[in-house]
Amino acid sequence: MTNNTAVKIDALPDPYSVPLDQINLSDPRLYAENQWGAYFRRVRDEDPVHYLKDSPFGPFWSITRFEDIVAVDTNHEVFSSEPFIMIGEPDDSLPVSNFISMDPPKHDEQRAAVQPVVAPKNLAQMEGLIRERISEILDSLPIGEEIEWVSSVSKELTSQMLATIFDFPYEDRHKLIYWSDVATGAPELSGGTVDHDERITALFDMVNTFGALWQQKAQFRAAGNAPGFDLISLMEANENTRDMIHRTEEFMGNLGLLIVGGNDTTRNSISGSVLAMNQFPDEFAKLKANPELIPNMVSEIIRWQTPLAHMRRIATRDYELGGKLIKKGDKVVMWYVSGNRDERMIENPDRVIVDRARARQHLSFGLGIHRCMGNRLGEMQLRITWEEILKRFDDIRVVGEPVRVHSNFVNGYESMKVVLTPKAK
Amino acid sequence: MIELTFIEHSGAEHTVSADAGTNVMQAAIDNGVPGIDADCGGACACGTCHVMVSTEWLDKVGSASDIEITMLEMTPEKNERSRLACQISLSPELSGLVVNLPEFQM
Repeated sequence: MTNNTAVKIDALPDPYSVPLDQINLSDPRLYAENQWGAYFRRVRDEDPVHYLKDSPFGPFWSITRFEDIVAVDTNHEVFSSEPFIMIGEPDDSLPVSNFISMDPPKHDEQRAAVQPVVAPKNLAQMEGLIRERISEILDSLPIGEEIEWVSSVSKELTSQMLATIFDFPYEDRHKLIYWSDVATGAPELSGGTVDHDERITALFDMVNTFGALWQQKAQFRAAGNAPGFDLISLMEANENTRDMIHRTEEFMGNLGLLIVGGNDTTRNSISGSVLAMNQFPDEFAKLKANPELIPNMVSEIIRWQTPLAHMRRIATRDYELGGKLIKKGDKVVMWYVSGNRDERMIENPDRVIVDRARARQHLSFGLGIHRCMGNRLGEMQLRITWEEILKRFDDIRVVGEPVRVHSNFVNGYESMKVVLTPKAK
Repeated sequence: MIELTFIEHSGAEHTVSADAGTNVMQAAIDNGVPGIDADCGGACACGTCHVMVSTEWLDKVGSASDIEITMLEMTPEKNERSRLACQISLSPELSGLVVNLPEFQM
């Protein structure tokens, strides 16, 4: 066999050349190579509730149209989030359990314990701090030379925010990024490339580090100090979560959830927003001419990027959807990344339109009881980032093609080189 | 036409008219009342059209469904008068309805 043939075998085929029943939307290369658009378009048109009987993640249904995703996401009795919400199965040697992967009533109790930290009222008080930190990052960037946007802005900014809401040691904040990447990057979960042993070591380091932080905060409180308003202190203060430190699976699972939830999502939407303003220069001009469009643009970017491509459920009984019979026990994957590009629901869905009507009506946060808890924090970070960008820069030019994440779950960017042009004084 | 009044957290009042058969969320959106996000477009699935029905209208408006209660549980400003505006259908007997808006939608 020549090298050429091998390359051909490895290359992704044209989606219309593959027999419909063999189209595999879980192939991580679709996302790494940014080829998912045409695949999903075909499936939405020809087989919107799509069954694949054989994949590295076992047999599964793909839900690809907007309306069908709404139907599944809002029906938590038929479509259970247990035992896990990514397409793959967690490694047995690393049991995890968290509230996104729980049904009521346990889900409701654990979520209620941590939700106050991201409630809008609390966020309003954090706005000044967030703006200060974003401003510092942007002011530190070199002008006119190639810089790595993902690490120097998107990751830096999200890790600072996470360190703030966890009250995590600031100098160690890069660890939060690493743990997040490792948590979702397992081959068996998302088609990622993280080594098994490295992942286990990292996640135990995460649990131990947070365990120590937990003890430290508990002692601080036991010494008569007022508890802080951070995620750990809130969990310690709530009767449903105060014993979690003794339940390693839940402790690890919920930490992982909160770290991933506040990490890849915002990070990749920030990177995606820069890419979008390069791909749609007329829209960038519109935004610069009218910065009041930023909140609407933020929603539009979160739709267009869809930083988490899917969520999965398990059917608790037989259920008919789109003329197909989903059987009890079947794995059902809602592809938010596809619903957000559904032509039936969204006009010109592949375009970013900063003043799009009803831009908030997208699927990226999910719907129903598992709807993203940190949505307002994410929106706020993106809004402030763009408010501060427009004050400083006339252009953020993307150089070359960004490197995308090899995953069917995290739809984002490993690397994106940019050159900054300052705003004319 | 049915008349209804939204009172923002700041106290600002907006009295609008809507057709029977529509719902309170749609009436707010169609008339540009601020403070209602309606992220899910009326599917009882996002909790961002939270309103608090004024006490004198509670009986006529009726009670929330189970799923609506579950969505409201996730809203920090909920109280015993909380409803999702998309789940309140406007019938002629609701003409004059008054609802309060929370400080934030979540």
